[in-house]
Amino acid sequence: MAAEGRVLAPPLRPPSPGGGGAAVPGAVPEPLLAAEVLALDDEEDLEVFSKDTSLAEVNSFSSSVPISPSSMINQYKLEDEPELRDLFITVDDPESHITAIETFITYRVVTKTSRGEFDSSEYEVRRRYQDFLWLKSKLEEAHPTLIIPPLPEKFIMKGMVERFSDEFIETRRKALHKFLNRIADHPTLTFNEDFKIFLTAQAWELSSHKKQGPGLLSRMGQTVRAVASSVRGGGVKNRPEMFTEMNSYMEAFSQKINVLDKIAHRIYKEEREYFNEMKEYGPIHTLWSASEEDIAESLKGVASCIDKCCKATEKKMAGLSENLLPILHEYVLYSEILMFSEEIGKLEDKVECANNALKADWDRWKQNMQFDMRSTFTNVAENNLRYYEECLATWESFLASQRVELHMEEDSEDRP
Amino acid sequence: MENAEAEQSDSRSEDDGAAPCSGLPPPEQLAATMEDCLAKKMEITVSEAEKRTGRNAMNIQETYTAYLIETRAVESQSEGQCAPVDSLWRRYSEFELLRNYLSVTYPHIVVPPLPEKRADFVWHKLSADNMDPDFVERRRIGLENFLLRVASHPVLCQDKIFYSFLTQEGGWKEMVNETGFQLKADSRLKALNATFRVKNPDKRFTELKHYSDELQSVISHLLRVRARVADRLYGVYKVHGNYGRVFSEWSAIEKEMGDGLQSAGHHMDVYAASIDDILEEEEHYADQLKEYLFYAEALRAVCRKHELMQYDLEMAAQDLTSKKQQCEELATGTVRTFSLKGMTSKLFGQETPEQREAKLKVLEEQIQEGEEQLKSKNLEGRDFVKSAWADIERFKEQKNHDLKEALISYAVMQISMCKKGIQVWTNAKECFSKM
Repeated sequence: MAAEGRVLAPPLRPPSPGGGGAAVPGAVPEPLLAAEVLALDDEEDLEVFSKDTSLAEVNSFSSSVPISPSSMINQYKLEDEPELRDLFITVDDPESHITAIETFITYRVVTKTSRGEFDSSEYEVRRRYQDFLWLKSKLEEAHPTLIIPPLPEKFIMKGMVERFSDEFIETRRKALHKFLNRIADHPTLTFNEDFKIFLTAQAWELSSHKKQGPGLLSRMGQTVRAVASSVRGGGVKNRPEMFTEMNSYMEAFSQKINVLDKIAHRIYKEEREYFNEMKEYGPIHTLWSASEEDIAESLKGVASCIDKCCKATEKKMAGLSENLLPILHEYVLYSEILMFSEEIGKLEDKVECANNALKADWDRWKQNMQFDMRSTFTNVAENNLRYYEECLATWESFLASQRVELHMEEDSEDRP
Repeated sequence: MENAEAEQSDSRSEDDGAAPCSGLPPPEQLAATMEDCLAKKMEITVSEAEKRTGRNAMNIQETYTAYLIETRAVESQSEGQCAPVDSLWRRYSEFELLRNYLSVTYPHIVVPPLPEKRADFVWHKLSADNMDPDFVERRRIGLENFLLRVASHPVLCQDKIFYSFLTQEGGWKEMVNETGFQLKADSRLKALNATFRVKNPDKRFTELKHYSDELQSVISHLLRVRARVADRLYGVYKVHGNYGRVFSEWSAIEKEMGDGLQSAGHHMDVYAASIDDILEEEEHYADQLKEYLFYAEALRAVCRKHELMQYDLEMAAQDLTSKKQQCEELATGTVRTFSLKGMTSKLFGQETPEQREAKLKVLEEQIQEGEEQLKSKNLEGRDFVKSAWADIERFKEQKNHDLKEALISYAVMQISMCKKGIQVWTNAKECFSKM
């Protein structure tokens, strides 16, 4: 049928009161693979509709449209099932730039996509932290009812990490990578125009775009905010149950997640102190073995076991810092944002569909959170298991060697 | 001219049937076989510790801990009945008195050490307080170990004072003091770092002294670091306990995640609690090492005594040599060494023949005495070296065996800790995956 590479369906303009899901100009269906697209000529609309459902459900008036499994998977699994994703973003290669006025770091943002609305299938741009801040604020403006992923903080006070230390830069890079991917996986945010510009524009294009005044959508966002602040003072007659529930949950969750974050950091710190002491522990046995004859081998054996366990501790620490710590931190930031959703709650009289948009996004967020927590803590458990299994093997082999020696000694001592 | 040095180097090959003028019975007569050891004939335990208050020598009220020593003769199997248990109470200072007595009376023996007086190398959980029940308990075990070591020593186990320590409650202190051992104790030994310039040190003893210094240094370093490692490990485990509390609280606000969180939290509590037993066990391992830390001191003491003996010997030989020289000078009238007396007599005239004669006679007597003394000192030295070396060999074997066992037990402890960790985290993983 259509031998064209691109498939264009009529752009969808779902009703967008209050700028709910309106940030989908030119909602083009994502062709999965060019071949599939060609084959699914007629069913194209079906595909479109099923995709649409996931979009529409966010924007519709009803609040209980079931989320289709495929779109759920699309939203949750960042790394798995790449066939369902059509936008791949990586953040890497930090570089420092020194000008007369300032020093700053830029990160390389590489985007690979098969989406129609992108002119090319691959983009490589450099962005600095300021640019991410800009993107975030644009998204917040455009979607005041949606949960925008958090950005890493400007500065990190605790731990007193140097502003441009390797550790700081790496932590930030990972968080920025997460940030962009969360947006890419969000059914609505992924089609945001500013997002696209962020990913594709050259430096001069981006700065000229930034200078433009707020667009239609952000003007609508401003209206929403104005309404919100006017309502705030007077209080709301009957705040819907959902928001009270959500709020009290977020308060409790925020408190828990902050404590968890502290605990995780504390554990990391204790592990590091333990590692530092262990580094000294093994070598003493080696030193001792130099003064001994009979027990020299046993002492060296113990030294080697301790050193191996030391290395295993290092691996355990790396696992924590790669997985648990960033995830917990991200949710700390999330909880800070989401506490302010109280303001949104006060819109209920004015902007009912905003409730539903938020509720859907809220549900989505909760599902994500559950998945993240499950996988992260499972990973922590696996880390610990690996650690103990490694140490066990080391000591068991030492013990076996000692027992063999003992038997040999006993045999040779048997005199008639 | 008798040369103390020549005698010294041959000590090992000398015949040992000489009369015991050194004050020590020849080694063969003293050593009991393993079967004769007191430890085989008698069950010894330090079974209890009790806080007491009493008045000390200066009539000041004090609190101390008394330890109950129980002994029971080991009956042969055929008799079938259990002998009655005898018991008496002793305090730490009496153990110290016993040990001092043994050290002085058997200077050539590496005397088993007492457990530490004050808690050292502690990690933060253990208190450094002598009255702390954990410390008292570990000291009780240490004192029992000390008695068993002495009772299984081929020489020491036959000592009467030791036997009375175990069996005679009253009047034991007086008995010990009556032996007059304090007089024998060389006060010079108390100056641990005082060097005696020995012209011809025995190489083996010098090496042994170096070894004992190295052993002391490396074991104390090891114990210090171990205490720090234990401290840190404690921290790691205990912080995980916080997970338990927070997971539990968090589970209250979650619907689907609640169960998984709650049960995972429980396992985190188990994990955090498990470190207490683990470190308690490790403390016993530390005590085993500590014993050899103190043994190293005992080893060093034997080397020092030998050094002192050698020094005295050399001094005596030197003294003898100079007296002989004086004798010669007087007899021949030639002055070989400068002396003020010699000069004054040169200036103010020589002595009368009668005076010279008298002097000569005195010197000759002194020389004879000196020669006999030197002979006996030499003998003493040879006996000492022979006995000491026999005990040192015995000690070396014991040390190698015990330390190897200790290292193995350490490995066993680590294995047990790993297995516990695997169990807890397997359970936790299951709970997490159900969240």
